[in-house]
Amino acid sequence: MAKKVHVTTTINGEEREFLCEPRQTLLEVLRDDLDLTGTKEGCSNGNCGACSVLLGGKVVDSCLVMAVETEGQDIETIEGVASPEGLHPLQQKFLEHAALQCGICTPGFIVAAKALLEKEPNPSEERIRLYLAGNLCRCTGYDKIVRAVQDAAAVMSKA
Amino acid sequence: MNAFEYVNPSNLQDVPQLLSQKRDRKSVVMAGGIDLLGELKDNLITPDRLVNIKALDLRYIRHSKEGVRMGATTTLSDLVSDEEIVKTYTALAEAAESVASLQIRNVGTIGGNLCQRPRCWYFRGEEFHCLKKGGHKCFAVDGENKYHAVMGGGPCHIVHPSDTAPALIALHATIKIHGPNGERTVPAADFFLLPMENLYQETVVHSNEVVTEIFIPKPKAGTKSTYLKFKEKGSMDFALAAAAVALRVEGGVCKDVQVVLGGVAPKPWQADASALVGQVVTEERVVAFANTVLKDAAPLRDNAFKVTLSKTMIKRGVLALV
Ligand code: SF4
Ligand code: FES
Ligand code: FES
Repeated sequence: MAKKVHVTTTINGEEREFLCEPRQTLLEVLRDDLDLTGTKEGCSNGNCGACSVLLGGKVVDSCLVMAVETEGQDIETIEGVASPEGLHPLQQKFLEHAALQCGICTPGFIVAAKALLEKEPNPSEERIRLYLAGNLCRCTGYDKIVRAVQDAAAVMSKA
Repeated sequence: MNAFEYVNPSNLQDVPQLLSQKRDRKSVVMAGGIDLLGELKDNLITPDRLVNIKALDLRYIRHSKEGVRMGATTTLSDLVSDEEIVKTYTALAEAAESVASLQIRNVGTIGGNLCQRPRCWYFRGEEFHCLKKGGHKCFAVDGENKYHAVMGGGPCHIVHPSDTAPALIALHATIKIHGPNGERTVPAADFFLLPMENLYQETVVHSNEVVTEIFIPKPKAGTKSTYLKFKEKGSMDFALAAAAVALRVEGGVCKDVQVVLGGVAPKPWQADASALVGQVVTEERVVAFANTVLKDAAPLRDNAFKVTLSKTMIKRGVLALV
């Protein structure tokens, strides 16, 4: 077995250190070692986006990032989306629009949509669909997801 | 995935040494790691060492009056969001934007996009010991070959999966490679190899070398370019057929045109478009030209559709720029 590597990162605003093998993906470390199981594994090969997290503010598939490569980086997962005051508008709107059924894809969609709304507070439907093209849902048929994101955008720009 | 060592050199001079190991040990280059992780997870490769090249300061886009220099670890997203690339090297921006998903473009690099391995499902499937992996048989010949090559195939029938490569060739890019004997630069058009030239590698890059930089000379004033890609799955997919086109029309007459196809051959397929030069570009002439490009196509059982599709990509791509 290869030597473990010591990695220091910031996850959801808190400094987190961990030891990992070079072959472990960020997804494995989040779920198996850090107990952050909100991030899901769908395909493990970059097709589904269920494992989406923000790395340095950019949405990435955590199943295709080696954990050793996150040294010194800022990571945001679904666990960091809600605040002590309550759910994030995206989470609230996903519930209201029933934009989920089994829920496996939901953390990935919310993390990716959050990255979009931080950059573009009023995206068109086309932009939303383009931005979320790397997230698959096998249950909802996408319309409800897109409407939830649009609605969340509306609420957030009023706030 | 097997266990391996991860090294993180900060000096380019150390890379060839780190990549050259004793016979039974193997090192591989890691840039964004997108394709590499796929290969590792499928046990296509079982390296002893990963040489990360992201600490080498190769993530840059530098514009000058000569053209643009892009470091190998520049991400595809970096290219898409560079206004000057979008404006002057449009085909490259469009090609980069057509790659996979945002999640992947945020990590995947231009160097990695050029050096990624083929998607042939027999190649990716551990249970198929095909020609390319040192076996005796190309399973695509009598197998499921809908996504395989219609030109330049044999004895292996992969298509090259890169979107940026056809665009770079159409824009006359050159690629800088660093190895044990220093640096060499090759035209993007000579960077890729057909299986009949080398069955085991798709590019001229040796295992102890690394791509460091891509340069595109500034196109002559009036040049327009585009990348058209047809995907089976609209949201994210590799190309079934694609065309990168660069065109310069002056006074209604075509002065220069480059057409390079993706998704149809084991390497980006450069068409000889000289017949269009000096002509007024009409639909009729472009269709005739597209027919010539595909005239020697040799489709397999399930992919004759790619012949028609490629012609359509050529036609739409060229006419979009007139
Ligand atoms: S096309 Fe090439 S990679 Fe695919 S099965 Fe045939 S030899 Fe192997
Ligand atoms: S689990 Fe990472 S993209 Fe599907
Ligand atoms: S809710 Fe089931 S995959 Fe999206």
